[in-house]
Amino acid sequence: MTTPAGSADTNIPQNGPSAFDAHRPPERELLDDCVHCGFCLPTCPTYQLWGEEMDSPRGRIYLMDLASKGEISLDGPFTEHIDACLGCMACVTACPSGVQYDKLLESVRPQVERNVQRDRGDRLFREAIFSLFPYRRRLRAAALPGALYQKLRTIPAVRRLAEKLPGRLAAMESLLPPVSVRAAFAQLPVFTPAVGARRGRVALLSGCVQDVFFHRVNEATVRVLAAEGYDVLVPRDQQCCGALELHAGREETALGRARRTIARFETLDVDTVVTNVAGCGSSMKDYGHLLSDDEAWASRATAFSGRVRDVHEVLAELEPVAPRHPFRGRVAYHDACHLGHAQKVRAQPRAVLRSIPDVELVDLPEAELCCGSAGIYNMVAPEAAGELGVRKAGNVRSVRPDVVVTANPGCLLQIGKYMAADGVPILHPVQLLDASIRGVPVPRT
Amino acid sequence: MTLHGGVRQAFERVLDPADVLSDPVKCRAYECDGLTGYRVCPDLVLLPRDAAQVAAAVRVCHEHKVPFVARGAGTGLSGGALPVADGVVISLARLKRVLEVDPANRRAVVEPGVTNLEITAAAAPHGLYYAPDPSSQQVCTIGGNVAENSGGAHCLKYGFTTNHVLSCEVVLPDGSVVTLGTDTGEQAGPDLRGVFLGSEGTLGITTSITVRLLRTPESVRTLLADFPSVAAAGDVVSDIVAAGIVPAAVEMMDTLAIEAAEEAVHAGYTVGVPAALVVELDGPVEECDAQFEQVKAICEKHGCTRLHIAGSVEERAKIWKGRKAAFAAVGRISPDYFVQDGVVPRTRLAEVLDRIAGMGTDAGLRVANVFHAGDGNLHPLVLYSAAAGETERAERLSGEIAELCVEMGGSLSGEHGIGTDKACSMPKMFSEDDLAVMARVQAAFDPHNLCNPGKVLPTPRLCGERPGKYRAHPLEESGVIERL
Repeated sequence: MTTPAGSADTNIPQNGPSAFDAHRPPERELLDDCVHCGFCLPTCPTYQLWGEEMDSPRGRIYLMDLASKGEISLDGPFTEHIDACLGCMACVTACPSGVQYDKLLESVRPQVERNVQRDRGDRLFREAIFSLFPYRRRLRAAALPGALYQKLRTIPAVRRLAEKLPGRLAAMESLLPPVSVRAAFAQLPVFTPAVGARRGRVALLSGCVQDVFFHRVNEATVRVLAAEGYDVLVPRDQQCCGALELHAGREETALGRARRTIARFETLDVDTVVTNVAGCGSSMKDYGHLLSDDEAWASRATAFSGRVRDVHEVLAELEPVAPRHPFRGRVAYHDACHLGHAQKVRAQPRAVLRSIPDVELVDLPEAELCCGSAGIYNMVAPEAAGELGVRKAGNVRSVRPDVVVTANPGCLLQIGKYMAADGVPILHPVQLLDASIRGVPVPRT
Repeated sequence: MTLHGGVRQAFERVLDPADVLSDPVKCRAYECDGLTGYRVCPDLVLLPRDAAQVAAAVRVCHEHKVPFVARGAGTGLSGGALPVADGVVISLARLKRVLEVDPANRRAVVEPGVTNLEITAAAAPHGLYYAPDPSSQQVCTIGGNVAENSGGAHCLKYGFTTNHVLSCEVVLPDGSVVTLGTDTGEQAGPDLRGVFLGSEGTLGITTSITVRLLRTPESVRTLLADFPSVAAAGDVVSDIVAAGIVPAAVEMMDTLAIEAAEEAVHAGYTVGVPAALVVELDGPVEECDAQFEQVKAICEKHGCTRLHIAGSVEERAKIWKGRKAAFAAVGRISPDYFVQDGVVPRTRLAEVLDRIAGMGTDAGLRVANVFHAGDGNLHPLVLYSAAAGETERAERLSGEIAELCVEMGGSLSGEHGIGTDKACSMPKMFSEDDLAVMARVQAAFDPHNLCNPGKVLPTPRLCGERPGKYRAHPLEESGVIERL
């Protein structure tokens, strides 16, 4: 009797040439790590929404496997289901087998960008997004009162979108939050000395969306770091770190930005490169891996990635020194996917928040589920993003918070949009800490 | 042969056309469940949104004589949700509402796509929980649990799914809808609910399940004990039962399983020890405490090398997480593996494990063991590397282990089901008469053999050839039989 009992090996033969090109296809060993157990299904936002196998991590890996075995092509359903992934990496947290879905997606998305012809509308829209968001100056122009197109018609991609698909331009515009001209154009000081005894020296990535739309978060970050004994350097000529493009599979431009960011920061005499944006932190920590086969940059990238820390990691590392004023209230902490799942930074933000006297810290139901922001996702897949936003807002409301905190501008915008009527302040954790250290009322935004 | 367009249109009339998947690439994502070695791509995948749509879809199947296979989360390990060529998959993933929690009567009504753990989550605010706890409980659905009569670590004390399902609304293979069982659990006449439970999707599709809820125990005590040998750990299990203690769970893991689980979860298992037991007691505080002392004494008597008591709810959860993730975690220590599922009388545990170890050595393959020691339900995992050409040897070893279980007076399957995987082994355990009676029961529900055909009972086609893409049977080629 031979009883072929349960096996994770699909035994699918190599039926033809792989559908992936030779530049960094998904690695065979990484695909084989998946044992098809399905433990990832409950935490996958798209599986939760649609209940379809192809829109689960297990299903997507299965499709990658089929493409790699030459059984299916990259266009059509394959691209549809890879596009539908939010890249939240909740599956990486859930997986008992240690499947590195993050690495798989990171190699598959550029394959799609290179090898699949997108329809014209999709192409125009993506071009417009990426001609705007990584550029601080253009974002500032977009932040000025008035219609987006009026301000940005000098950018060809935006003009084309406005002419061909004005509706999608309007959708993009509706996501940009109102911001005062003063805040949009404000600049951080290049050097802020530590208050009291110096405990370290850090450089801050000020970000693009973060610096224009959440300048107040950057200001709070600089103040808090200084108050905790750090000299803070903010190089003025820094540019986008490439996270947004990287997570969308635009590998070449993303790597260009990675190299520029490394070059800008590596010469600074600092212990740590700090970021207060979950998405930026996760991509900068990954530079070493991303540039591993670029001889000229591999070791520089590894060294740089080794110095990158999220602001909460820095703050939680040493005992607090700046006195805190109490905040009496319920604080709901939302784990940004790129902080919790991608960087596994979960305890530190909580520790930082608990350093504020009287804070009642509460976790959210379905905490592992993405809020739907996910980089450019809420622009390219507004329906799914909307459902997730509504669901997240409901979960936040259920714990009746006085303040909601989360460490990513995308999440701040997304949760803010779906809780606009609630009147609850939605802040970055450092804003709350900053208010506590300074003894000022908690800001409303 | 594929289904003709008229059938697809018929489905599209009763479901939203967007809920009828026909693209072959999409359908391929459904070609296997947790047992990936068997694959059949269905012609269509249906994603109904409620019970009425399920019934309507089944009526179309019946009318056009299209075979159908119900699928929950696709986590089964016996190929029970393997699609049928030229058939459809009916996914219950979208029927995931908790319809009612009735704390006064301690029961809940749920749709089949609700996960096992979601039932407990819905009941928890009332101090209640759903007892059967398959290791995949965070993902496996209650519909699948009903189909497989799933067990779990705590079924030693509380019984299997069948002991906790009061009634099911079932769509029979002709599309009619009946309720089997009653909400009180007391039924006059033949227990058709009992027949349906564990029928592995061959008698119909359940669309609503009324489950019994239990009160969350007043006290739970959990210990993790290391032993110098598997035999010593086995003796502890026997002694605990002999002492009249009914533990909530007694789980055993051997060196390899411990290594894998620890690597995945970092729960504090001791890497390198030959065997570890997880013993859990629950109930009233006094009883629990007294029996816990007895268990500790028994562990020490048998040379326990380390005894660790879970000090907090989190720590207990961590220990269980390690145990429950063990199957998938084995993926960390071996490129490929077979999961076996068999039962032996508890008293022969040590003997069987010894034999399995010997068989592994003979075959030159590693075997990891993780199992429900309390009820003798073994899960030997045969580790191998397909790339190194070990597949056939591993398959043979895994089969011999199942055969050994039957030989020892046990069973082919404890809880993973027969499905596709073990249908051909059924004659090892049952006589021809036994199987004929089972076939007659099946035919009474499903005279046209449309409902998950080819599962559980051996058929000449299934057992005469390897599963996979459709190939004509020799008798078919010679014109003796024809395909319906």
